[in-house]
Amino acid sequence: MLTVRNLESGYGRLRVLKNISLHVRPGEIVAIIGANGAGKTTLVHVVAGLLASWRGELLFAGADITRTPAEAMAGLGCVLVPEGRQVFASMSVEENLLLGGTALRKSGGSSAIKEEMERQYARFPVLQERRSQLAGTLSGGEQQMLAMARALMARPRLVMMDEPSTGLAPLIVREIFSIIAQLRAEGSTVLLIEQNARAALEIADRGYVLETGKIIVQGKATELLANNDVQRAYLGREQIG
Amino acid sequence: MQAQTRAGLAALITGVVLIQLFTAFTGTEYFLTQLTMSAYYALLVIGLCALMGYAGQISIGHAGFFAIGGYLSALLTTYNLQPLAEHPAVSLPARLGLLFTWENLYGETLLTFAPWAAAIIAMVAAALVALLVGVPVLKLRGHYLAMATLGFGTIIYRVVLALPILGEADGISEVPGFVMLPAGIVGDAALMISGDSSQRIFNYYIAWIVLLLGLILLLNLMNRSRSGRALRALHGSEEAAEACGVDTSRVKLQVFVLSAVYAALAGVLLTHFNGGIGPAEATVMKSVRYVALVAVGGMTSLWGALFMGVGLSFLSLRGVFGSYDDAVFGLILLAVMLFAPGGLAQINSRIPWRRLLPLKRTQDGDHA
Repeated sequence: MLTVRNLESGYGRLRVLKNISLHVRPGEIVAIIGANGAGKTTLVHVVAGLLASWRGELLFAGADITRTPAEAMAGLGCVLVPEGRQVFASMSVEENLLLGGTALRKSGGSSAIKEEMERQYARFPVLQERRSQLAGTLSGGEQQMLAMARALMARPRLVMMDEPSTGLAPLIVREIFSIIAQLRAEGSTVLLIEQNARAALEIADRGYVLETGKIIVQGKATELLANNDVQRAYLGREQIG
Repeated sequence: MQAQTRAGLAALITGVVLIQLFTAFTGTEYFLTQLTMSAYYALLVIGLCALMGYAGQISIGHAGFFAIGGYLSALLTTYNLQPLAEHPAVSLPARLGLLFTWENLYGETLLTFAPWAAAIIAMVAAALVALLVGVPVLKLRGHYLAMATLGFGTIIYRVVLALPILGEADGISEVPGFVMLPAGIVGDAALMISGDSSQRIFNYYIAWIVLLLGLILLLNLMNRSRSGRALRALHGSEEAAEACGVDTSRVKLQVFVLSAVYAALAGVLLTHFNGGIGPAEATVMKSVRYVALVAVGGMTSLWGALFMGVGLSFLSLRGVFGSYDDAVFGLILLAVMLFAPGGLAQINSRIPWRRLLPLKRTQDGDHA
């Protein structure tokens, strides 16, 4: 679904991503874990078209997206749930969803929008209750759900989630992650960026560990969970024995 | 929200009528002249407010668009085409009914573009120039539009000052009235946008009708249309808007062009009202003044921009600020940025009115 080959990028003269290669297969949840500043957000921003790549190649569903602008990505079926949620605070829940449907309106018209919105309300009933409320007045968990629903409005093939657990209570985090797992059950593909490595690897199929802009370990999620180095560095567990 | 907007419009219309009646009873109708001019300036200011408050882009060149509107309509309605009447470039628009013949103060008969045709040409020209400036610049994120429009405004100022056909330092005068209703429909004389004192009340109402229509159009665009929604989203988070598939540079460009057309229309109508236009209208200080008016009204408040646009322009036109006129607007801009970046409405919300007056809680202001 997504292939990243020898990617390099950064800000100004600062190189953040160094020779990154990874792939995401259809129907997978792939987790990218790593510490603050490792380059996780930079990586999804490059894929989403919000930041230009310096070198390397990006392929999405067989098409070259290395130079595709951000606003065209949703139309191709690749959406981003941005870090910190970034819901449109001064707009209602419903308006947020309508904006998420910008790409869908172009391909499917307003009937598709209506249909998709009902789907999201069924998935997140709390959003339906609050449909006319301003997004800025929602709780953190509700805002995360809104950000997800807004992204799903585009009927994406690949959902990229940047730190969905940030600032949320553990109980809410569990709920968000079970929704992500449910997305895979429905056939969606998810690229999950998380600092909360354990929670991410527990639902993921495969994972990549990013450290100072390089992929240092990759493999099946279960293998990574069992990997001593990964445990020590990211799972906060002392090596046993 | 919608009911609030309607109530606001009703209050505004009532106020406009009451002011006219007040001046009629107290014999101070001369105030209407400045109120008419202020309304046209406010038209430019609300257009700029849509650009600054919603698209988050600053233009320091709106006096340039105003000048394009004013100068083009002044030129087209005063440049005598009679000697060229046989030329196809003149006979074609003549056959299309774009030209008209009139007699100026000195009894000369002139063949020129009709004011309505000139107005349309002027607004289209402003839109095209805005596209030319905006297309490359608005692709970039950040405040490059401010730089580009500063350059553009300066160029327009030098051009109107240098071109003999635009009257150089004197500008263009003897601009004919813009006839709205021909003679014989209401009263014996034609009703027109002009500085003739017999037309003062009519001009006052025309200016305010234009301003109100401009406001209603913007309110509807911002709150009801898809572009308005995209614009408000972009104001919230540009990244998230792009990730949703909103083409942010296109939306910004649309608002920029619309605001340029508002400025040009203000220039056209004010030029007919004043009977002319001079290079003072094209200076960069004028552009800065418009930015200050939007800022003091509260960037995202079209209402605030309207009231400040009218109020401060009125005081300025009455000469209240004397020779410190430009300095006052510079000071206002400085003070707003330092103490109340959200405009005067923000100061208002900082004062605990509710504690002073035990009133029912209502929603804060109308943030259109």
